[in-house]
Amino acid sequence: MTTLNINGESKTFDAPDDMPLLWVLRDVLGMTGTKFGCGIAQCGACTVHIDGNPVRSCLLPVGSIGNKAVTTIEGVGATPVGAKVQKAWLDLEVIQCGYCQSGQIMSAAALLASTPQPEDADIDLAMAGNICRCGTYVRIREAIKRAAGEV
Amino acid sequence: MHRSENSASLPSRRAVLKSSLAAGFTLAFYLPVRAANEPEQTPDTTAGQFAPNAFIRIDHTGKTTLVMPQVEMGQGVYTAIPMILAEELDADFSKVELKNAPPNEKLYANPMLGVQATGNSNSVRAFWKPLRQAGAATRAMLMQAAAQQWQVDPASCTAANSVVTHAASGRSIGYGDLVDAAAALPVPQDPPLKNPKDFTLIGKPLKRLDTPKKSNGSAIYGIDAMLPGMKFATLAACPVFGGKVAKVDDTAAKAVPGVHQIVVLDDVVAVVGDHMWAAKKGLDALKITWDEGPNAKISSADIWADLRAASKKDGVVAKSVGDLAKGLAQGERFDAEYELPFLAHATMEPMNCTVHVTPDSCEVWIGTQTISRVQQYAAKAAGLPLEKVTVHQHLLGGGFGRRLEWDMAESAVRIGKQVDGPVKVVWTREEDVQHDIYRPVYRNVISATLSDGKIAAWKYRVSGSSVMARWLPAGGYKNGIDIDAVDSAVDMPYDIPNKQIEYVRAEPPAVPTGFWRGVGPNNNVFAVESFMDELARKAGKDPIDFRRGMLDGNPRLKAALDLVAEKSGWGQPLPARVGRGVCVQPSFASFIATVVEAEVDEHGEVHLRRVTSAVDTGIAVNPDIIVAQLQGGLIFGLTAALWGEITIENGRVQQSNFNDYRMLRIDEVPTIDIHVMKSSEDPGGIGETGATAGPPALRNAIYAATGIALRRLPIDRKALALANKA
Repeated sequence: MTTLNINGESKTFDAPDDMPLLWVLRDVLGMTGTKFGCGIAQCGACTVHIDGNPVRSCLLPVGSIGNKAVTTIEGVGATPVGAKVQKAWLDLEVIQCGYCQSGQIMSAAALLASTPQPEDADIDLAMAGNICRCGTYVRIREAIKRAAGEV
Repeated sequence: MHRSENSASLPSRRAVLKSSLAAGFTLAFYLPVRAANEPEQTPDTTAGQFAPNAFIRIDHTGKTTLVMPQVEMGQGVYTAIPMILAEELDADFSKVELKNAPPNEKLYANPMLGVQATGNSNSVRAFWKPLRQAGAATRAMLMQAAAQQWQVDPASCTAANSVVTHAASGRSIGYGDLVDAAAALPVPQDPPLKNPKDFTLIGKPLKRLDTPKKSNGSAIYGIDAMLPGMKFATLAACPVFGGKVAKVDDTAAKAVPGVHQIVVLDDVVAVVGDHMWAAKKGLDALKITWDEGPNAKISSADIWADLRAASKKDGVVAKSVGDLAKGLAQGERFDAEYELPFLAHATMEPMNCTVHVTPDSCEVWIGTQTISRVQQYAAKAAGLPLEKVTVHQHLLGGGFGRRLEWDMAESAVRIGKQVDGPVKVVWTREEDVQHDIYRPVYRNVISATLSDGKIAAWKYRVSGSSVMARWLPAGGYKNGIDIDAVDSAVDMPYDIPNKQIEYVRAEPPAVPTGFWRGVGPNNNVFAVESFMDELARKAGKDPIDFRRGMLDGNPRLKAALDLVAEKSGWGQPLPARVGRGVCVQPSFASFIATVVEAEVDEHGEVHLRRVTSAVDTGIAVNPDIIVAQLQGGLIFGLTAALWGEITIENGRVQQSNFNDYRMLRIDEVPTIDIHVMKSSEDPGGIGETGATAGPPALRNAIYAATGIALRRLPIDRKALALANKA
């Protein structure tokens, strides 16, 4: 059995150590907010935080996490930065189909936690790993700036 | 019941029910088993509710439920449709609840498509009038019920926020208290609609109803369906189109922890496990020998050779104006050919479908653009009558036409038939890219003559697959003409005295073809607008002036062109190797002009600097969603123009994932300015409008920056590199 600290709660489950966190979250724990997009860390839909750092959960073996804190889209709203990012996302109506937005919001929250006043180049660097097929990028950039003003 | 003069001659409630049924309107009970995690997915029911039509249900507490005949895939219909219904109903918009329509062609067929499907940017266009009528009729019944109760003239009552008020006597009553009396009234057949100047919701940038749950991970897409006891599966189809399974050695796969079952179908192998990881590891461990079949040698080179040959023959004439031969004999003649590649859709949510098949039932959980087709093909695959198949509609993690198909449901049911209990079948991204139903390759052959700086004759032949002949043969494919393949060619906006548009149906071998965001206009707008720029240069004219001179017959488009010229800084000086390109199009009944500004560097790499669009899309139901759709649609189209191409070698798709099927990313996105013009015309379509506008405008910007006339997408960086210039 493996125990992880996810969104401040201790979760114990049975999964092989090499199983990516993504599938533990989605298929074992039923936390479907974190999305599967590519399986090779190319699209960012599966982004979660490990001790506050953005990580692609589709390639992260669950056995490598230990007692580090896992934060997912279901829990990021409990952090002040996460809540402000979610609010900015809704204020500017960033979201279209929404499938990639869990990952976008997680990447943006991690950026703002480490860089409260990001320049455009910081946004490019932090967000270029997150693909959006609906093309919401223009509003993502605006929303990060909006959230930065309020963080 | 107290009877007023008005109701004295009304038919009985029973007669009303009978006539409603005869008219095909609701009251059918639809009570499938409810999924474990689907709070939003409960079936539509009219039990105990005032349900005068297919779209509106009001219960005794006043709770108003709106049934969505079109599906939400990001384009905002779960906000626009409620706005239209609530507008005419005068319902309290902050309290409406939404439900997905069940599969029911009679009640929910798209009036423009004739089938229950969401596509062709027509949700608002097609349902604009029916929804307004449904709202207005319901409101009229509620007002009449209130007036009856108060014994006043209905015309002396007003309605707002789900309350009817009689100002003269200071009385008011909520819709919930009127439902029984209203249900006894006949449904007005031609209720008066609001004057647009009285709209209180339509035209406002109201917040979307679907986005709060999408911001915190609680929105449920098809891929998120979870059922008690569910298993997880992933699959492999033969990598060669049309190939079959010859032999499967599953020894190693069965030894993978968590793997339960290997399902071998004639063309697909699936591994069923405790979770996707077990299924995927199991699939990787399978040794499958494929019978690759007759397509094993097909390559892109063959497909293009075939298409080029086909495009040289005469096509079926789809439109003819004036005297083409006479026109072609006037002035100077120019010829060009434009080619577009296969494209995959690559929705962010990979193909998936969850099923529970038993000997006498089949339940399906999916996000689909075509729920009734999913039901039909699931029934066929399950070997069950239609009424035994329940389909639960979910949010779509992107559609773009891919989810107008039902293949993912069909294969899931075939797999599910062999699995005990519910199973979620999820495709890997590689499977999703390599077994898409692709945007066809197209080739357009154009000849035109110029006389006095204007086009005297235009001969245009589009050659390519007919998606309609497969998908909607009745109505979509007539007398050898695919109405989608010639869309935006037969109705090109320019005043040209002599023209002929032809279609050559040319099906590529092996590769399945389908609709892709922008559909036929994607191809035709690219070819028409690219050639317009080349002709402008031949005529020695500015590209905007050249177009404007032929747009007298299309004032809405001309106005959009004038606005975009002003807003884009057209004509202002630019650095070397930076250019502006323009595109105009009347596609999807929206009139849009777009200017792309781009730089071509010494290596031939193209950098987007700025995009400006001006659009007259008629009444803008929700202007902010229109802006969002254009921002996103432009990026979708520009992505394809910059990188999109699926190639075939040995019968296989060569691309596999986002590493080799490239998407535009945030650091490559330019400033995008959208100007939505005031209009009192009926709404136009907007979901695909940007997708078709981006590529030709970019291509023309490159032409302006370098003088190189690209005639094929995606753009050829080698051709644009400075070293390659003579």
